[in-house]
Amino acid sequence: MDMLSTFWTTVPVTLQIVIQILAIVLPLSLAVAYLTLAERKVIGYIQARIGPNRVGPRGWLQPIADGIKLLMKEVIIPSGASRALFIIGPILSLVPALIAWAVIPFDDTLVLSDINAGLLYIMAVTSMGVYGVIIAGWASNSKYAFLGAMRCAAQIVSYEIAMGFALVGVLIAAGSLNLGDIVRAQSGSLAHWFWLPLLPLFLIYFIAGVAETNRAPFDVAEGESEIVAGFHVEYSGMTFAVFFLAEYANMILVSALAALMFLGGWLSPFQGIPLLQGLFAWVPGIIWLLLKISVLLFLFLWFRATFPRYRYDQIMRLGWKVFIPITIVWLLVVGVAVLYKLPWWFD
Amino acid sequence: MEHIIFYIFSAILVLSALMVITVRNPVHAALFLVLAFFTSAALWLLLEAEFLALILVLVYVGAVMVLFLFVVMMLDINLTVLREGFTSYLPVGALIATLILIEMALVVGPEHFGLDSVAAPVPHTAGYSNTQALGNVLYTVYVYPFEIAGVILLVAIIGAIALTLRRRPQTKYQDPSQQVLVRSKDRVRIIKMPSEKKRGGA
Repeated sequence: MDMLSTFWTTVPVTLQIVIQILAIVLPLSLAVAYLTLAERKVIGYIQARIGPNRVGPRGWLQPIADGIKLLMKEVIIPSGASRALFIIGPILSLVPALIAWAVIPFDDTLVLSDINAGLLYIMAVTSMGVYGVIIAGWASNSKYAFLGAMRCAAQIVSYEIAMGFALVGVLIAAGSLNLGDIVRAQSGSLAHWFWLPLLPLFLIYFIAGVAETNRAPFDVAEGESEIVAGFHVEYSGMTFAVFFLAEYANMILVSALAALMFLGGWLSPFQGIPLLQGLFAWVPGIIWLLLKISVLLFLFLWFRATFPRYRYDQIMRLGWKVFIPITIVWLLVVGVAVLYKLPWWFD
Repeated sequence: MEHIIFYIFSAILVLSALMVITVRNPVHAALFLVLAFFTSAALWLLLEAEFLALILVLVYVGAVMVLFLFVVMMLDINLTVLREGFTSYLPVGALIATLILIEMALVVGPEHFGLDSVAAPVPHTAGYSNTQALGNVLYTVYVYPFEIAGVILLVAIIGAIALTLRRRPQTKYQDPSQQVLVRSKDRVRIIKMPSEKKRGGA
């Protein structure tokens, strides 16, 4: 172990960073692949089916087979499409979902870039994800794709406001923009985590996150029963696969952020409980974080299997007339609680 | 290293700004404007102004330009009509362009720049937070201008909302709270009646 750490310090800094990036992106890609399998399995069992079980033992190789299939397929660029933008679209939707991981802390010390404006960085980066969809919809030169892009743009801009306000609540409560400090501000016990004092903001953040990732029941940008497949109707093969990857990578990112900001990140849920705290002290923090992310991801899949798609005007009403007023009111509540150092959470 | 990064981003910024005003397609122009905003945010990051850089991306790239693109994509612009009468507008356009150029040269001439007029920025220590520094200044020294700016923006928001608030009697509205309150009893009436014999049946 000592030899390894001395060897690590001799590696040039740029190479160190590249290795660290790979150590985040490769497991993330694997998680994305197996999230697709998990989705099909979970929804299968919810609908009293088994789901994919033919490729490999119990269907475990299904995502690999899917990936190979998509790689081998022909990439078709429609003759009327704007070629360069048609290719840039999927890339622009995947890149923000990946670069946001640069500031995500996996543990007390385990973070690629520990910047003090981490939360702002996350908000800025995730707000760029919408360009992929808009550019793809426009560059396809197709009515359905364009309708999907327009729906998506209006929806994401609306929900980003509510999401941003929810994050403002977190930063008031934690008194910091650094994601590590936000988690550290929640230490104490399960009841110290911000889900309790910021319960309305937590719910709104997660629902807005579902809307931002264009997942059911907010998937009007795809809306296969109305506009075929929305913005990616003209995409095939690898370019389609990139959109698919982006959607799932975004789901994991939203779950990770919700876990960090409201569910105590890497903190153990047994903290502060006399006997259990000692029993589970050996579990590393990253395991807790991954468990919390998995639970939230399961909610994503559960939502898709449970709710019918929202009607478009009701999505807009929910975003503007319900979520934004609630977040503003709760910001006032949090502000007052912090000002008067409400015991338990803010003292 | 920092110099190389600076020149790369500056070159991209100048090029994309040029493309904004030269490309034919308005959607491409808007996208180049997005690129220009993004690269200038990167330049601000090099100046250790991370709050301003991230806010520039968040507000202009993430919100303003999305709505801008939204509108530009919806517009059905006929480019040939736009290009008509280029020569007849040329004198007026050239006059205005020279005026603006002279005005800008007067205000932002080369004598305002350089190391003797602007001190070289001092690199900050590791614990320095640009966000905190800006917040401290904004809420102490500049609290009144800041609040006045906020009120002006609020007035603009109210104005924009008031402009769209016109009653259109032919439009039918739905009231979701009423829709939610509906019970099956209000819509379906189940009648109990004795079964009847078919007439003329076999």
